[in-house]
Amino acid sequence: MAIIEIKNLTYTYPGALKSSIDDVSISIEKGEFVLITGPSGCGKTTLCRTFNGLVPHFYQGDVKGEISVAGINTLQHHTYEMAKHVGLVFQNPENQLFALSIEKDVAFGLENNGVPREEMRQKVDWALNQTGIYDIRERSPHEISGGQQQRVAIASVLAMNPEIIVLDEPTSFLDPRSAEKIFEVIHRLNKQQGITVVLVEHRLDLTAKYTNHLIVMDKGKIRLEGDPRQILSSEETRLMGVGIPKATLLYQMLKKESFGLADKTPLSSEELANQLLETLLPK
Amino acid sequence: MSVFDGLRFRKVYSPIHNLDPRIKFVYVIAIFIVAILFSQIIPLAILFLMQIPFVLLAHVQKQWLRSLRGAAFLATFIFLVNVATVYFTSGYTITAEAVENAVSLTLRFVVLVESFSVFFLTTSPDHLGLALEESKVPYEFAFAFTTAVRFVPVLAEEAQTIMDAQKARGLELEKGNLLKRIRNYVPVLIPLIVSAIRRSLELAEAMESRAWGATKRRSNLYALKLHRGDFVLLAITAGILAVTIYIHFFVPIPNITQFL
Amino acid sequence: MIETENVHYSYPNKVEALKGVSLTIQNGEFVAIMGQNGAGKSTFVKHFNGLLKPSKGTVCINGVETTKSSVASLARNVGFVFQNPDHQLFSETVEEEIGFALKNFGFKPEVIDERVTWALNLLSLTQYRKTSPFLLSGGERKRVALASVLAWDPQTLILDEPTIGQDHEQKEKLRQFILQLQTQKKTVVTVTHDVEFVAECNPRVVLMKEGKIVADGEGKKILTDPEILEMSSIVLPQIAQVFTKLSALGLPKDVIDIYEAKDILMKAKESRRRL
Repeated sequence: MAIIEIKNLTYTYPGALKSSIDDVSISIEKGEFVLITGPSGCGKTTLCRTFNGLVPHFYQGDVKGEISVAGINTLQHHTYEMAKHVGLVFQNPENQLFALSIEKDVAFGLENNGVPREEMRQKVDWALNQTGIYDIRERSPHEISGGQQQRVAIASVLAMNPEIIVLDEPTSFLDPRSAEKIFEVIHRLNKQQGITVVLVEHRLDLTAKYTNHLIVMDKGKIRLEGDPRQILSSEETRLMGVGIPKATLLYQMLKKESFGLADKTPLSSEELANQLLETLLPK
Repeated sequence: MSVFDGLRFRKVYSPIHNLDPRIKFVYVIAIFIVAILFSQIIPLAILFLMQIPFVLLAHVQKQWLRSLRGAAFLATFIFLVNVATVYFTSGYTITAEAVENAVSLTLRFVVLVESFSVFFLTTSPDHLGLALEESKVPYEFAFAFTTAVRFVPVLAEEAQTIMDAQKARGLELEKGNLLKRIRNYVPVLIPLIVSAIRRSLELAEAMESRAWGATKRRSNLYALKLHRGDFVLLAITAGILAVTIYIHFFVPIPNITQFL
Repeated sequence: MIETENVHYSYPNKVEALKGVSLTIQNGEFVAIMGQNGAGKSTFVKHFNGLLKPSKGTVCINGVETTKSSVASLARNVGFVFQNPDHQLFSETVEEEIGFALKNFGFKPEVIDERVTWALNLLSLTQYRKTSPFLLSGGERKRVALASVLAWDPQTLILDEPTIGQDHEQKEKLRQFILQLQTQKKTVVTVTHDVEFVAECNPRVVLMKEGKIVADGEGKKILTDPEILEMSSIVLPQIAQVFTKLSALGLPKDVIDIYEAKDILMKAKESRRRL
């Protein structure tokens, strides 16, 4: 059974003329690292919020279709019930942290669930260590960098031990180096802890290499879904305005000139470099 | 932005800072009650002097003196109003008793203000927030308090950015008469308010996503335990109250004027 | 022309953010100021329109020291577009929003009307003239903020992190727009950490670290210099990353443009074929 199963989901915000997601169907298996992308306004942010019930419970509005996350029908359950299974990390680091010290923020979800102190301490420390912020646990959120703040946000959903972590453009406000660090943390959590990851991102040059399940949305619908190597080579993707990684674009340009590269579309600079060395180095 | 610096988390380790805020609060309330019960100069003066050891132990002399200066204006005002009232209502005479009375009332005001000041100067917002959480106050209030404290520096910075952004579009905040100057702040206030509303929305999303409202009985990562110092303060408070009650009912307090 | 000479700046809390910055920007240049968070980039550019005045050293705009001018008068020549458009938007209509600065600068109503129409057109916002800016999407609000600064046609435009939160197409439009401004001989200064965006524009790059300028030159050279990148938090543009790993082939390392990359690789293939 898929860990996230969405069938013909349509959602319209209250007072909106058009639906934000239109007849969307998705199936995500446990342990996958899924990447969702698409131009601004395509509905990916709204889609994120359906995974834990913020849509429709928090935002009200009109919803049609079925959605089941970790075996639970989100339409029939409170967001606080979903919180144990799916953690949501948002775009703006500053607006997700509200306690006066970092470890208190990480403990927030556990406190809300009435977890006893001893157990809570263990889980908080574990989450802090997983995200590499144990040393700054007593600092206040305002004193730390944006990259560190996002790691706190990840730690605070991680502490509740969810099966799924959803991240909505978590590195928008971060510089490339901090962004890379965040993606490494997420990648490690996926590989080592087996946590299913759903990542919404524009920066495909930094993230395409982590996934083998890419979803491209446009105007509320899913336009393309599948292997990123195929999707990022297609003309349709480029015309939609998706930011194809430069390495991939260069590969395509060379392919057109019959350069003689292998048939596997590269998703990172390493892959392309290796292919070029293969072709250009004397045997 | 120095006002907001005081609200930033500062780990100041003095014995007074480490006292449980709830016990400190009980102490302050006790001082409050005693100050109301007495209207003579001598006990009020003693009450005032009793704050000083706390201030010194907590190393907050500078800030405390600054708050005294702030209270001085209002205190002088109270004194003058009292004297003037007597002057005009008793046939343009000022008696020594009247002056003494005015001094007492002023002193009472100062004691009340200063004891609260000492409380806030020796209690970090974190500690206060924690005390609120551990007390019978509904969690929503404690949360509102800590969140407000957490975001004050953020909002202050944002206000500065907004002012800069509008100044860069030719807005001159200092120009014009009073009315114009108030209107000049509209382009600063509106973005600030809109931004605060957006921020609250994002915060609410994050809270919901982290199981806000899951149970009625929240637990707490930290625990406020009472230590020896707290019991000492509690004993002092009880002692003060006991002595007060005894003196109030059984011991007459002389007025200064009697000695003149 | 922007001339800064040995600029020092300390915040009220005594932290020294700028430790002697000297830089000259000629009219018509396109400069990207890059560096880690906290390097002093935003602090530095806020001196260009007088929002901040140096504690030591001088800042001259077109020969006039900023300490001798008000922000409003400097703003006539130096437009500043802040990162978050919501920090500027407050009017009931887009029209009023764009006309705000024009009113402040004392333009006549007919002229304001003209310029507002021009700015709306320039940024494809004409249909939103009477709409409330708060009802627009994030990208549209960013355009309104930009339009409201362009409306008074300043010689210099400062863009603070203009690519944050933008998708690929929006960034591409921005890049085209900057090119357009350049043909009009406008000076464009952008504070950014978006390496790929800078790689595509290839402007003059000024790299800052801990309150000082540590590199100043052609984007291509600076973004591919391993020593420079080591000490800053800049990441190599992806094309340059590829070429760094091709050192065994003896190919140049300072490649950031995709078309140049293709040409170099095609030539390399040709020369190997002939061997």
